[in-house]
Amino acid sequence: MPEAILRGKAFKFGDNISTDHIIPGKYAELRSDLPELAKHVMEDADPEFVNKVKPGDFIVAGKNFGLGSSREHAALVIKMAGVSAILAKSAARIFFRNAINQGLPVLICDTEKIDAGDELEVNLSESLVTDLTKNIKLNFGKIPKVMVDILNEGGLIPYIEKHHDFEL
Amino acid sequence: MGKTLSEKILSDKSGTDARAGDIVIARVDLAFVQDTTGPLTIRQFKEIKRGTLASPQQTAVFLDHAIPSPSRQLSNDQQFLRRFAEDTGCQLFEGGSGICHQIVAEKFAGPGDVIVGADSHTVTAGGLGAFATGMGSSDIAVAMALGKTWFRVPESFKISVNGRFQKWVGAKDLVLHLIGVLGADGATYKALEFNGSTVSSMTVPQRLTIANMAVEAGAKVGIFPSDNVTKKFLTAQGRGHKYKALRPDADAEYERSIILNASELEPMIAMPHTVSNVTTVKMIAGTKIDQVFIGTCTNGRLEDLAAAAAILKRKKLDPKVRLIVAPASQDVLSKAMRIGYIQILVKAGAMILPPGCAACLGVHQGVLGDSEACISTANRNFKGRMGNPDASIYLASAATAAASALTGQITDPREVA
Repeated sequence: MPEAILRGKAFKFGDNISTDHIIPGKYAELRSDLPELAKHVMEDADPEFVNKVKPGDFIVAGKNFGLGSSREHAALVIKMAGVSAILAKSAARIFFRNAINQGLPVLICDTEKIDAGDELEVNLSESLVTDLTKNIKLNFGKIPKVMVDILNEGGLIPYIEKHHDFEL
Repeated sequence: MGKTLSEKILSDKSGTDARAGDIVIARVDLAFVQDTTGPLTIRQFKEIKRGTLASPQQTAVFLDHAIPSPSRQLSNDQQFLRRFAEDTGCQLFEGGSGICHQIVAEKFAGPGDVIVGADSHTVTAGGLGAFATGMGSSDIAVAMALGKTWFRVPESFKISVNGRFQKWVGAKDLVLHLIGVLGADGATYKALEFNGSTVSSMTVPQRLTIANMAVEAGAKVGIFPSDNVTKKFLTAQGRGHKYKALRPDADAEYERSIILNASELEPMIAMPHTVSNVTTVKMIAGTKIDQVFIGTCTNGRLEDLAAAAAILKRKKLDPKVRLIVAPASQDVLSKAMRIGYIQILVKAGAMILPPGCAACLGVHQGVLGDSEACISTANRNFKGRMGNPDASIYLASAATAAASALTGQITDPREVA
């Protein structure tokens, strides 16, 4: 289960960050070498991201984060970079499900007031984001119970390992 | 209250009274992977300890994204997938068979099916009345093992299209226009359900083109009712038994209703770097291009090659342009050769690639150079999509792409045909 309280710095991105920004399709040949693939995370949106991000940090984006391909590698490399959660105004459907299936929370909230470099604290059980730099609080939307359960087991594969089936 | 197509299919496959917003567990008729998402899916599948396939006949592996393989690593990935198919007895479609979504339409999909694939354009099969959607590797691994998956039943948008298309205007122009209206996230989590007189007179390949791009507005599915056109298509494919009548109830509830007039449409084009950045071809006519790509799960079908051949017959490409043509499947290629489309395109100066995804995803077979522009019949023009973030991609119909190949600049097909 992800820690109930997450803390880190905000890395800010705009609207419509696609899976091609997150992990370009041209690196298909690295997909079976995940540590090598992960070196290119967010490359076409911010080539320096991979060198700056620290464990616990957040990706903070605008609308429709993760649109495009179904490649779960996109969620996987973000998690491998140490990102503890993604905050976005909205997220594309397949990416949203993939991230949860990898145990990576995607929190839908109004990210407008958060700036790059702000210190954030996320309380998962209270659905609350606090921007410690600006001293503002934001609520994020609830997700379906089946997704909360998957997140709590650390992802879909561990969830199925434990429950052997979906439980609604 | 009546039901939408999505509610009907998910009710049937879950054995519940499924309504928009419900979470249901639905049986899956086909779960599939392709060569770039398959290796991760199979590794995850193997992590599930009691991991045997629920049904090998309803599981498929397609080698289409990077074929013939351009690198040792991808060759090894493909070896891994072939071995999995051999070990489990699931269906394998070798490199050169065609693009997964085209083969699903030719050999698997039918009205009322639930189809899930580890590829976002799995929505294509909605053209045949299937509830078909893309998912990631974990979800597909589990669907392969359990023969079922969970869905949130989507709210539906009713898209009514009436009127006749003008000459050289068609399904691609319509769907680009619709995405321009909806925006790249205008239908996130929703079902786009099509109806109207234009839709009834559309061929199945045209419906597939529209369903294919539903995901570019964020939709979970793009779905068409079944009718005589569906029945004829399935019968011609030797799968007449797959036909069943599927229509929404007259009193079904829709979240939004959009009415489009096909006769007012002009050739449309999506400009860099988002699919919703749509305008008329006329507005940006004259923009110089370096490469033209006709193919993909959106527009690599026989009708698309026919349109390109009609425009390029007894003509030559502009010498500053290269034209890449990749038929969507072996069946499309064989028919295009028999009719003579391929010969016309070759004479005009086109390069013909084997059936597969080819230049669409930026791995090989047409990666763009710095500051180059490409007009493509594909479904995505994101920055970096064709392998180079410093290049530009425009999306249009095969007719517009062929007209542009002729002149070396973005050209309205009505100007040259």
